[in-house]
Amino acid sequence: MVPNVVLVTGVSRFVGAHLAGRLAENPAVGRVLGVDSERPRRELSRRMGRAEFVRADIRNPLIARIISEAAVDTVVHASSNTDEMPVARAAMKEMNVLGTMRLLAACQESPHVRKLVVKSTSAVYGASSRDPAVFDEEMAPKDLPSSGYAKDAVEVEGYVRGFGRRRPDVAVTLLRFTDLIGPRIDSVLTRYFSLPLVPTVFGHDARLQLLHPEDALAVLRRAALEELPGVFNVGADGVLMLGQAIRRAGRVPVPIPGTMVSPLAGFFRGTNLASLSAEQMRFLNFGRVVDTAKLRDRFGFAPRWTTQQAFDDFVHGRELRPVIDPEMVEGAEREINRTITRLR
Amino acid sequence: MADARVIPLHPEDDGGGRAESGSSSRWAGDARAAASGAPGSARERPAGSGEAGSEEDGAGEGGAGNEGGGEGLDWHETLADLTAFARRRLLGQYRVDEFGFDRELTERFFLPLLRTVYDNWFRVEAVGLHNVPHDSGALVVANHSGTLPWDALMTTVALHDYHPTGRQLRMLGADVVFGTPLVGALARKTGQTLACNPDAERLLRGGEVVGVWPEGFKGIGKPFRDRYKLQRFGRGGFVSAAMRSGVPIVPCSIVGAEEIYPKIGDIRPLARLLGLPYFPVTPFFPHLGPLGTVPLPSKWYIEFGEPIDTAEHGPEAAEDPMVVFNLSDQVRETIQETIYRLLAQRRTVFFG
Repeated sequence: MVPNVVLVTGVSRFVGAHLAGRLAENPAVGRVLGVDSERPRRELSRRMGRAEFVRADIRNPLIARIISEAAVDTVVHASSNTDEMPVARAAMKEMNVLGTMRLLAACQESPHVRKLVVKSTSAVYGASSRDPAVFDEEMAPKDLPSSGYAKDAVEVEGYVRGFGRRRPDVAVTLLRFTDLIGPRIDSVLTRYFSLPLVPTVFGHDARLQLLHPEDALAVLRRAALEELPGVFNVGADGVLMLGQAIRRAGRVPVPIPGTMVSPLAGFFRGTNLASLSAEQMRFLNFGRVVDTAKLRDRFGFAPRWTTQQAFDDFVHGRELRPVIDPEMVEGAEREINRTITRLR
Repeated sequence: MADARVIPLHPEDDGGGRAESGSSSRWAGDARAAASGAPGSARERPAGSGEAGSEEDGAGEGGAGNEGGGEGLDWHETLADLTAFARRRLLGQYRVDEFGFDRELTERFFLPLLRTVYDNWFRVEAVGLHNVPHDSGALVVANHSGTLPWDALMTTVALHDYHPTGRQLRMLGADVVFGTPLVGALARKTGQTLACNPDAERLLRGGEVVGVWPEGFKGIGKPFRDRYKLQRFGRGGFVSAAMRSGVPIVPCSIVGAEEIYPKIGDIRPLARLLGLPYFPVTPFFPHLGPLGTVPLPSKWYIEFGEPIDTAEHGPEAAEDPMVVFNLSDQVRETIQETIYRLLAQRRTVFFG
């Protein structure tokens, strides 16, 4: 079932804008409406093609009118749970939780809506030392995330489940994405890896599972165009250790004792250098890996980039100037080997 | 039920004993086939040659993974190899699996260190390694003792260096391990993961050899006077994990680890303060400080028993508490009996 009218939220951000553009490229799709409370930046609005931008706040009753008057049949909620921009915590919660509630209320009211796709995050699984190494869709976290966007995501998912019960005729696809990393996306994680000296938690090395934005867009596009209800983990294959990723980016890890992390994070919060929440620091302690078997088997999608490839694409695409130059290291190795051969 | 077969301790008899055993386990065939070939039986170290095994021997014989340390290579190649290793670590050019297991670091760095202890300090004799399948999943269940988990580390070396196909033991650890700085990160890098059913089943289904110490802290932290008395085996979660994954359970009995730190006391307030399960007092710790943390050089025996098939009950039996508890008891009794037999054969603690 190819949708006739698609509404995409959060088009002033990377994922929303690109998704609207991709959907608009499909001639079978009648109209693509992109909604956000602020105008997308120039380079993003260029990506949107024939998709129409509607300046509206999803917390405003106006959204219900747009959905019913335009006879929207597919809603892609891509604005929730974004950690792309360092915004004030209260405003983010307002956007995430209250915005989602309003949007779902509007969807519930409109008889035209047939499909709902929600972009969630694997952060709903939390991150602790008492969790299994790999989460599948059925698992619940040991400690419910108590703060930050992870908590929002848990609440948002709760409302989405409620919506699914009230409107069983709507196909609901809930996608739990791992952190996106790529050359053009800007997020807390990309800024973190761009620091020359990267703070880490002393004595811990997190397992990172990432996702290339192209794969994320392909999954969202497919979810919007086809009918694939259910909850799916979306993450790339393979794992990078945090320390390993930092070295691959040519950065220098600076381990900070666990007790010092919170005060330091508080000190740097709001500066553009590094704004890591307690939640994110906990993630950097233990990391998180999700099982993507259901994505492959039921959703029918295999990510094209592995975690390592996505990360390397980010490093090369950003042209990060390495603090530790790989060529210097390789040169030193060649030099040693040459000396050895000479000695022989 | 009582398959607790007596496995001869000496490798000379070992081949014969195996050939006769009409085992019902499905890899008995290939275990026997490999044992008849030179590498399998040759690795089984002759009894009493403890001191003879030098570090180089261990490295040379160790599985396919550690090409670097053999005696055949000259120092030039070793040095070139080392610089390449250093470069890969410095630039992050290595791979870890989804559990965070860093095979290269484990084989190149941690195992050689442990091998030295295995060969020269505890002079471990491992027997019955053919009971661990060559290339499929299995759950190794062992007794826990010794205040610090040296027994787990030595079992890892035994399986990696002396098993015919060099199996990497993937151990299940308590959550306190993974919450502790340095220790937790180290545990993940060396292939351990949290003792929980999802992780255990994922590893077992992936064909890994998983090691579990079901006594937990009750076993490793028990007082010296209770040595070699198996503690309770908990809720039998390990049995249901093996049943659901359809893999056999290999009972593993470790003798020698009880004497490395004779725990004669426990400072509970200090343990609570530090968030530890216990704070041991041994004849040398804590009053001799760091010196007291050196384990006593007892002579060790690690015996892998006949695999106990769990597939015959079917995966749905994992929900049947009676079957689970019976199997759990069977494993426990097998280990306990083997320990008593090994103890009866041991003449002295330090010389075996």
